[in-house]
Amino acid sequence: MASGTRPRTPPPALLDATALEALVDALRARGFTVMGPTVRDGAVVIAELTSAADLPYGVGVDTDAGRYRLRARDDRAAFGHSAGPQSWKNVLHPPRALVWSADRTPDGSMAGGEPARERRYALLGVRPCDLAAIKVLDRVLTGGRQADPVYTGRRDGNLIIAVECTEPGAVCFCSSMGTGPGTDDGFDLALTELVDGGEHLFVVRAGTGEGAEILAGLPARPADEGIVERAREAVGAAAGRMGRTMRPGSLPDLLAEARGSPHWDDVAARCLTCGNCTMVCPTCFCTTPEDVTDLTGDHAERWRRWDSCFDLDFSYLHGGSVRTSGRARYRQWLTHKLGTWHEQFGSSGCVGCGRCIAWCPAGIDLTREIDALAAAGAG
Amino acid sequence: MDTVAHAVVPGPAFPVPYRVVARRAETADTVTMELANDDGPLDAFAPGQFAMLTAYGIGEVPISLSAVAVAGGRTRRLVHTVRAVGAVTRALCGAAPGAVIGVRGPYGTAWDLAAAAGRDVVIVAGGIGLAPVRPLVHAVLADRSRFGDVALLVGARTPADLVFRDDLRRWAGAGAQVAVTVDRPAGDWDGHVGVVPSLLPQARFDAGHAVAFVCGPEIMMRFTAEALIRAGVAPARVQISLERSMRCGCGWCGHCQLGPLLVCRDGPVVAYERVAHLLTVREL
Amino acid sequence: MTTTVPTLAVWKFASCDGCQLSLLDCEDELLAVAGRVRVAHFLEASRHVEPGPYDVSLVEGSITTAADARRIRDVRKMSRTLVTIGACATAGGVQALRNFADVDEFRSLVYARPEYVSALATSTPIAAHVDVDHELHGCPIDRGQLLEVITALLLGRRPDVPAHSVCFQCKQRGNVCVAVAHGTPCLGPVTRAGCGALCPAYRRGCYGCFGPMETPNAAAEAALLRATGLSDEDVRRMYRTFHTADPVFIALSEVTAGPAGRPDDRA
Repeated sequence: MASGTRPRTPPPALLDATALEALVDALRARGFTVMGPTVRDGAVVIAELTSAADLPYGVGVDTDAGRYRLRARDDRAAFGHSAGPQSWKNVLHPPRALVWSADRTPDGSMAGGEPARERRYALLGVRPCDLAAIKVLDRVLTGGRQADPVYTGRRDGNLIIAVECTEPGAVCFCSSMGTGPGTDDGFDLALTELVDGGEHLFVVRAGTGEGAEILAGLPARPADEGIVERAREAVGAAAGRMGRTMRPGSLPDLLAEARGSPHWDDVAARCLTCGNCTMVCPTCFCTTPEDVTDLTGDHAERWRRWDSCFDLDFSYLHGGSVRTSGRARYRQWLTHKLGTWHEQFGSSGCVGCGRCIAWCPAGIDLTREIDALAAAGAG
Repeated sequence: MDTVAHAVVPGPAFPVPYRVVARRAETADTVTMELANDDGPLDAFAPGQFAMLTAYGIGEVPISLSAVAVAGGRTRRLVHTVRAVGAVTRALCGAAPGAVIGVRGPYGTAWDLAAAAGRDVVIVAGGIGLAPVRPLVHAVLADRSRFGDVALLVGARTPADLVFRDDLRRWAGAGAQVAVTVDRPAGDWDGHVGVVPSLLPQARFDAGHAVAFVCGPEIMMRFTAEALIRAGVAPARVQISLERSMRCGCGWCGHCQLGPLLVCRDGPVVAYERVAHLLTVREL
Repeated sequence: MTTTVPTLAVWKFASCDGCQLSLLDCEDELLAVAGRVRVAHFLEASRHVEPGPYDVSLVEGSITTAADARRIRDVRKMSRTLVTIGACATAGGVQALRNFADVDEFRSLVYARPEYVSALATSTPIAAHVDVDHELHGCPIDRGQLLEVITALLLGRRPDVPAHSVCFQCKQRGNVCVAVAHGTPCLGPVTRAGCGALCPAYRRGCYGCFGPMETPNAAAEAALLRATGLSDEDVRRMYRTFHTADPVFIALSEVTAGPAGRPDDRA
């Protein structure tokens, strides 16, 4: 598992891009289901990779508020794209999941249980912002009195191969959230991609024993200090190319004070309450249970599906919903994400990946909304 | 339905079967039921905590315990009082003795009765809100000498909506002042008419030395808490039991947020002073 | 549940039969349904008809004639639970285009003997005539939702038929947003979920066949549609097909400009 013991760190190694094939093969040979980025329907999505050939070589993306387009890069970078519409949440906390199933017993009782874990996932190409998001989900779904079995069933035993970010997009702001573009922990292996002229290399660091073991089986060579420094510089340069910035200062305080702000009406006029921001957010974890049965009612299952604070029924309490206006629902989302999350789970719920900005059909930008709330409060 | 063949394993999300062993109609729409599982598969519940009850194939709802019976740290018996307001609660209310109900728990925070030791106790309940404070009344009266004056103030919409009538009589004879009011009198009602806080002046307790426990509709709890504080009860010594849409009981589903609180985890029982400023915000 | 087998009736008013066919399309599940209910009246499936009353009536189609306006009252009287199925029954259907035109003129142009045609000037949803217990939206309805409603009614469960946007199901299905990633006009954000985000799964924009979601934002959707290059008239027409007489979609169709203060305007 990614967290946990970090043995004496082996020195960084160097892999040719062609070694990604060997990496994916090695992971599959170890029994992992390898999940990673690939192109489908005009976007880089996360799907099972059967070989490194599935990776989006040479694919870049242009993003902006409410806009996402693939573009051809003039190199063969495999990870030269910023966040797409999906995140690792789709794998670890899937859109719809079976919670339990049961059958009626002859004496009228119920016999059944939770689904057994079937797979072990390797997550290939996890950006530092998304690695931070996985840590957020860990705290939310496993940090309480009881760990969520759906999540742990998919999260336990993960092998995480992070890829540091050298390609931030126009909606990215991880550096102002302190979650990227580089990373130092939480991975089994961390790659930094270097594409320059005819050269296509990865600097590799192992973060765990299992990572080191996998690395040892790959055609790696020692990385000299010069190339390690180049990798570091590429990541450092990315920090300066973020398209967005989250305002510094205590957002929990800002949002607590902004509960009555007139600006919520302004954003509500633009908000579709369609729920897209929460679905693409790598940390939005809310779900709703569905109890289903066959027509006899004897076989029953409880499923759960992603839900959202933008759904009117989400806050339903006999008699009606607590949050009916779009204003109240947007306020709940933003205040939770950037404010009350701290008190609930000990960190921000936002990692600065920018997905909610790009995939909002109305182009609502939370960094601007925070600026506007701050301005309204100050004024 | 999407039926999937798969191995199953036990786990915290799967409800444990308890069987209905007794059932009593409290009012036209409210039933008190006793559930039993002699294996005692669940940990001990404390007064104020809740269970997630599953009506098989229908759905799951959070219901507080209306009586607590614990032996050896395990829960073999559960008593719940359920008002039929939706499909799941209707199914629960309709469950006959012998029927099986799925149970998960215990969840949430409990009434902090230790804070009331040596003090006067004021318990205020509105409607079905009497159910979650009932085990508290039991605990206070079972250890009566530990407390000073004990007052129980109960409100209902109409006389017909009043639950636990026999208990109220019994408690009045067991060392508690019991006062009852209704919003709308009917039939031969000759008791008090008005909102619950209007019972406060007639209750005998030393406000500066009292701990209050309040359970009922949110608006009733707010007005009651404010009245108690005006009467001199310290804000930190007023406990209320919050209600939000709790769908999992474990803090996993996100439905039950009230500002920074996850009510299933940080509540339902909270100190009023912690949430007073949140309860006045519309649509929070 | 009672020990007697509940009875199911299916009724047709002005419609194309597509929603009734959704029930026949249930195939495997239909056998299970047939084992749990007695299909007492379903002319699309059988000429065998049993007299009412019926436990559950599924009603397809809109009211377009005086005779049908009387007949739906009889159906209501005979039905313990009445469920309308499909855009015709819930909103008047595509045939409600007549509500905005001159029916007499149509009649004289189309029919050789217009005096034989007895039709009302409008096509109206069932709920405009009688009380309706549940509504299933869509053109056609989703068979999964139909089975959910039938199962839920049999077992006393609340049918799980959310009123949130198509976007919920679109993201859950793993679709790539056609509006954001392709610039395709899409009514998904203002349309009720239920179809499983079928059109976006095939890289097409949603055309709103499930009708309005719970809280549609007209101006924000207009801004989205205009940004994909649609004209005012295009925006109007987007809304005015399957739910042409739906008052919410009519209201939406009349808003063709985005809200003030959109970030792009501010920049």
